Amino acid sequence: MLDSLIQGILLGGYYAVLAAGLSLMFGVVRFINLAHGDMAVLGALSALWLVQSLGLGVPLAIVITLLGMAALGWLMQRFIFERALAGGFLVPILTTIGLGAALQNGMFAVFGSNTKSLGAHIGSLSWASWQLPGGIYVGQLPVYMFVTAVLVLGALHLTLTRTAFGRALRATSSDAEAASLCGVDPRRVQRGAAAIAVALAGLAGIFLAMRAQVTPFSGPMMLIFAFEAVVIGGIGSLRGTLIGGIILGVVQSLGALLSPQISILAGHLVFLAVLGWRLSQLAAAERGGWRLALRALTHKPDVTGRKA
Amino acid sequence: MMMQAMTAEPMLRASGVNKSYGALKVLFDVDFHAMPGEAVGIVGPNGAGKTTLFGALAGSFPVSSGSIHLAGENLSGTSAAERCRLGLARTHQVPRPFLGMSVFENVHVAARSGAGMDQATATDEAAEILRRTGLLALANRSAASLGLLDRKRLEVARALATRPSVILLDEIGGGLTEAELGALIDLIRSLQADGMTVVWIEHILHALLRVVTRLVCMAEGRILAQGDPRDVMAHPQVQRAYLGSSPE
Repeated sequence: MLDSLIQGILLGGYYAVLAAGLSLMFGVVRFINLAHGDMAVLGALSALWLVQSLGLGVPLAIVITLLGMAALGWLMQRFIFERALAGGFLVPILTTIGLGAALQNGMFAVFGSNTKSLGAHIGSLSWASWQLPGGIYVGQLPVYMFVTAVLVLGALHLTLTRTAFGRALRATSSDAEAASLCGVDPRRVQRGAAAIAVALAGLAGIFLAMRAQVTPFSGPMMLIFAFEAVVIGGIGSLRGTLIGGIILGVVQSLGALLSPQISILAGHLVFLAVLGWRLSQLAAAERGGWRLALRALTHKPDVTGRKA
Repeated sequence: MMMQAMTAEPMLRASGVNKSYGALKVLFDVDFHAMPGEAVGIVGPNGAGKTTLFGALAGSFPVSSGSIHLAGENLSGTSAAERCRLGLARTHQVPRPFLGMSVFENVHVAARSGAGMDQATATDEAAEILRRTGLLALANRSAASLGLLDRKRLEVARALATRPSVILLDEIGGGLTEAELGALIDLIRSLQADGMTVVWIEHILHALLRVVTRLVCMAEGRILAQGDPRDVMAHPQVQRAYLGSSPE
């Protein structure tokens, strides 16, 4: 039980990184990137290709992949997402569904359909573990991944709260037009956000490829997990995303105690329960909102000028 | 960025501005200007196109035809952000604070992005503007927690942080008590004393007339009259359009 809890928490780090990019895109660009999981897989397969075909070391391959994914995010925002966003509500959804399908089949054509893993290239790290008191073994790789996740999300949090870019990003997220009237260029900020989001997807993909196996068609499942972590943790808060990821990881891990088949289902059920609860909260807030609107109307001071 | 009233060229000038949304035309050949350091009031009934004119000036949307110049520079094709950095600031009738940020951060982001200040200068500037607008005690509060008056103050504070040479104020007096209005008027006068050009849309005429030296009246997307406030208010067309009837 305790063992599963610890494994679940560590797994949560991976989910949080996966979810953070999706949440950032939605929060800043108001854009749900349904190809997010496929981009994660692209990151994983690109890193693998750099290692296997070019013979690069894993750390160097990770750095190159993340930089490449950031550039890809910037370019996609600049040339695809901005145009899709101008087309209304449906176009971005259709665009990213199509992009996801193209990515899956493109990766299938380039990398083949075999399952692949970075596990074979990271030496003893893929199986080494520490023994905790009570006979619990904790894998070193999951611990390193969790620590990396916390550091990455922490750095992102500091970027958002302490830097000029971060404040401009949060202002754009709150009200892009008002931000532009404060001298912020929302398009530049959104491109930056897309670069970070896609790099985060790439990092999550690399995590997955280290601890398990990926195929060109692993993306949709990753997207679902990312969605679940975002909804459980709440959009727009990195701490929430980390907590959401951890809850999802723990629930899946505890579910696996009951039966391996229940693991994923348990995550889905918790996601649905939180979604239902959030929707009911939203409905309640809307009723409160009406009361507030009525109060504002009774204070409307538009006759003063006419009397003067 | 602040300019002194030395030149005869308008600080802000709109020439022959038209704006249509499809078949709906909302601005008709609007010619408008404000001289350096001048305070200009804009009045008119609801739907007259006052706020649309502000949107056109600030670059919130492209105009259908016509041109807008700031300090002699043609603003055609420039974004709202670029106009802000050139010295044109605007507030909204319904305040639009960045809700997820603190009051201080709201102002700080405008100082950094709008005025291009470095971190330390922006911090000092934000503190000074918050003091000037009476928000310093609320600096660390979330903008979402502010009431209407403080949101209006924040709207002005954020515009000031961009170090504008021209500030467009959209009905910032609505909903304020007489005492609060008095404080607001003092603030706007102090901006003008600093050499800032002020353009103020306001329904509360007695407040507006304590500040502006020139009045523009709009109705149905057109400028009906402009000039000395008393002359404009006495104009028969203005009285028909704006007051509904001629005074007894």
